[in-house]
Amino acid sequence: MGMTLIEKIIAHNIGRESVTPGEIVTVNVDRVMVHDIFIPFVADKFEEMGFSKIWDPDKMVLIYDHLVPASQLDDARHFAKGDAFAAKYGVKNVHRSDGICHQLMTEAGYVKPGDIAFGTDSHTVTYGCVGAFSTGIGYTEMAGILGTGKLWIRVPETIKVEVNGTLPANVSSKDVILQILGDLRADGATYKSLEFVGSTFDAMSVASRMTMSNMTVECGAKCGLFAPDEKTAEYCGISAEDFKNDAFLQSLKGDPDAAYERVLTYRAEDFVPVAACPSQVDNIHPVSEIAGLAVDQVFLGSCTNGRLEDLAAAADILRGKKIAPFVKMIVTPASRKIYREALEAGILETLAEAGAMITHPGCGLCCGRAGGILTDNEVVVATNNRNFLGRMGTSKVQIYLASPKTAAWTALTGRISVPE
Amino acid sequence: MGKVFRFDNDVDTDQIIASQYLLFPSVEEMAPHTFESLDADFAANVRPGDYVVAAENFGCGSSREQAPSVLKALGVRAVLAKSFARIFYRNCINIGLPAIVCKDLYDHVQSGDEIELSMSEGTVTAGTQTYACTKLPAHLQGILDQGGLIASLNQD
Repeated sequence: MGMTLIEKIIAHNIGRESVTPGEIVTVNVDRVMVHDIFIPFVADKFEEMGFSKIWDPDKMVLIYDHLVPASQLDDARHFAKGDAFAAKYGVKNVHRSDGICHQLMTEAGYVKPGDIAFGTDSHTVTYGCVGAFSTGIGYTEMAGILGTGKLWIRVPETIKVEVNGTLPANVSSKDVILQILGDLRADGATYKSLEFVGSTFDAMSVASRMTMSNMTVECGAKCGLFAPDEKTAEYCGISAEDFKNDAFLQSLKGDPDAAYERVLTYRAEDFVPVAACPSQVDNIHPVSEIAGLAVDQVFLGSCTNGRLEDLAAAADILRGKKIAPFVKMIVTPASRKIYREALEAGILETLAEAGAMITHPGCGLCCGRAGGILTDNEVVVATNNRNFLGRMGTSKVQIYLASPKTAAWTALTGRISVPE
Repeated sequence: MGKVFRFDNDVDTDQIIASQYLLFPSVEEMAPHTFESLDADFAANVRPGDYVVAAENFGCGSSREQAPSVLKALGVRAVLAKSFARIFYRNCINIGLPAIVCKDLYDHVQSGDEIELSMSEGTVTAGTQTYACTKLPAHLQGILDQGGLIASLNQD
C-alpha cells in the first residue's frame, strides 16, 4: 500500500521502507530552532540534564524575534542568556534582529524539503510549506534534543485537504485556511498531519502556502504539508535540475493508494473572505456578516501574513488613499529581507503615505508584549494566527483575524469591510 | 482526595498563563497568575493534591511549557480531560505532571467536588462512581514514573 507524505518523510529519516500511523518511532533531527522567550529555560534544562555539548551545534538556530528590540529589562536578560549559551556551546547560527523565526528558517535556508525540524514554538509547523516535517515542542524536550539529536514521535494519521479551481480575486490563502479551521474545529486534527493537494495549491506561491501551514496548529495538527514542487525548489535554492534528479525529493507526495483518515474537498470558487471572530480561531464567519463594525486598530504582519505579497496586497488597496483617521494601522514585515524588498518596491512608502506605522521586523503585536497592545472593548483586525482572550492586551479586547486584503480595506474605511 | 477545578473546551495556553508573565524569572513567580483571565481566584484557592478537570482540547495554542509548569508548581496532582492538545500533553509528561485522558469524568463532576485518581488502576473515583481513564503508552508512562524527561535521561 502507498504512503502519505508524512509517512514518507519519517520512513526515509529512520531508514525504513514504511511506517504506520500510531507507531512510536525515534527520529534523527535535521534542525532545531529556539527563540528568545524560551532560550533561558532551554539553557537551564540542558545543563540540568548533565549534557556538556550540543550533539551538532550547526543544527541549532537561535533567533531573537518575540522581544526585539528589548522593551523591558527582562527581555534584555533573555538576550544575554542566549548569547552566553551560544558562546559556550559553539552555536554560530544566531539571528539577533533579522526577523521572525518561522520566516527565517526557510528564508535563510535552514530547512529543506523532506527535513525533520523541531522548534520551541507552536508555529514551527510553518515549514510544512516546503514539504518538511516540523512541529513545536516544549523547552525541556528541546534540551533533550540538543543533547541527543533525537526525539520520539508518534506517526500521525493524515487528513487530506483537496482544493481545485481558481480562488475569487478578493480571497487569499488566509481565507482558505480559516475556512478549513472553521470546518475542522480547534481540535479537529489533533495529533494528525494535514496534506494539502489540488490545483489551487499548485497555483499558490510558497508564501501563500506558508500562511496555510502556519495555521494548521490552530486545529491541533502536528504538521501541515505541501508536496515540494518547482516553486519550492526555487525558493529553497535547489536548482531545477537537482530537484528533478533527486529521487527522494521527487517521491515527496502522497501516493494515490495511501490511507487517509479523512478527505476534505472544496471548490476554490466557493471560498469567500472570512474572519475568525472573538475569541476562538475556529469561530469563522464571512466578513460580509460582520461588516460595518468600527475598529480601533489594524495589524498587518506576523509569521502568518507579514510577507512581501501581503504588504503588496495592502499597498495596492491603499495606494493614493488615506486610512480612516481614527484607526491606528501597524505594519510589521516578517523579516529584514522582506522589509528591504518592500522598501525597494515602494510598498513601505505607499503604506506610510496612507497613514500606516511601519515597525521593525519581528513578532510585534502578535505575541501581545509590545508594539500596539489594546485595552477593554477595543476592536482590532489582525492578520496573525491567534485571537485568544487576552492575546493583545486585556481579555476584553476584540480580536478579528483576517486576510491582508480584508485588513487593508478595513483600515481604509475604519469599519470591517469585504475587500473589493 | 483532592478538589476539582473544572474548565470547558479549548482552554488555551494563553488562558493558563498569559504571555506577559512568561519572562518572570521563575515559575513560582508566574504561578499566582495561573488561569487569571478565566478564574482570577484559582491560584489562591487551589491546594496541593487538587485536580484540574476539563473537556476537549485542553492546553491548545502555544508551546509554552510554563503552562503545565505553573499547574505543577501550585501542587495540581493531575489534569484530567476528555482530550489534550499535543504540545501541552508532551510537556506534561516531560515535566512529570500526569495528563490523563478521562472521557466520562467532565460530564459528571462540578468544581468543588472531591475526587481521587488511582494512577496504577487507571481510574478516578468521584463519590460512589468510578471512571476509567485511558492508559498511557508504556514509553510515556516510563518517563512519567521517573518524574519527567530530565530524571529519565539522567537515568539512561
